[in-house]
Amino acid sequence: MSGHIVPKKTYYTIFLLLMVLLAVTVLIAYLDLDHATGIGGLNIIVALSIAFTKMMLVVLYFMHMKWSSKLTWVFGGASILWLAIMLVITLADYFSRGWVMFTNR
Amino acid sequence: MWAFLVTEVMFFGGLFLAYTFLRWKHHDAVVAASGHLDWILGGVNTGVLLISSLTMAMAVHAAQEGKRKATVNFLILTMILGAVFLGVKAFEYSHKWHDGLFPGFNFHWTENPAYAGGAEMFLFLYFVMTGLHGLHMVVGIGLVAWIIKRANRGDFTPEYNIPVEITGLYWHFVDIVWIFLYPLLYLIQPPHH
Repeated sequence: MSGHIVPKKTYYTIFLLLMVLLAVTVLIAYLDLDHATGIGGLNIIVALSIAFTKMMLVVLYFMHMKWSSKLTWVFGGASILWLAIMLVITLADYFSRGWVMFTNR
Repeated sequence: MWAFLVTEVMFFGGLFLAYTFLRWKHHDAVVAASGHLDWILGGVNTGVLLISSLTMAMAVHAAQEGKRKATVNFLILTMILGAVFLGVKAFEYSHKWHDGLFPGFNFHWTENPAYAGGAEMFLFLYFVMTGLHGLHMVVGIGLVAWIIKRANRGDFTPEYNIPVEITGLYWHFVDIVWIFLYPLLYLIQPPHH
């Protein structure tokens, strides 16, 4: 967990990257990517990808995950895996309701 | 601490799940309601939290090097930024109340009546998600205050500074939640107005 001291410069660089990504997040919201490219939902995909990148920068550098034990990685990965299971299975249910009609009852 | 943060991910995860469902089910109403959120204030607050994460990282850095004064100063800065965030949030909340956009008690939807239900649900989720996040901020500020007291007392050395690091982990986690909340709540439609 502790022990490794990250140089200050790394923190400043990561912070600048985060601020740039925040600006990109706002800029992207101005552009209607869905209509421009014909790919439905591209805006939200890009927005979430940027948010995910920001999260990884915070986790890896500010939270020192990069220099942490394998066990810490397992816990971090588990949070994403468990969240994914909850989202995917629940939404798979909601989204697929009404796809099949049972007419015999 | 990481194990606790996993449970926190699931805690907030349920709300993100509800959000996803609502946005799918009542898409147009969600877009209309989201337009009432102030993307500038939300963006400023995102910046404030990112700066506070930097000052928190610098506080942990100073503690690891055994610099007591710098640790305390960076922690105080972090606390001030946290308070600024909550101040802006309180300002936004009072505006929503004033505009009749507070679900349940003071909700008067003046646009397309077909969207009233979905819009009220969206604003309800907005208040629950940002409210829960704000509560985490209050707890975070309390933790930082406690760590300031301990740092000032000289509890931390280059060998022992785990409490500072743990508080930092919590603070960064709360920042990450907001990193997702900002685009999902404020930036659904292009911020034209």
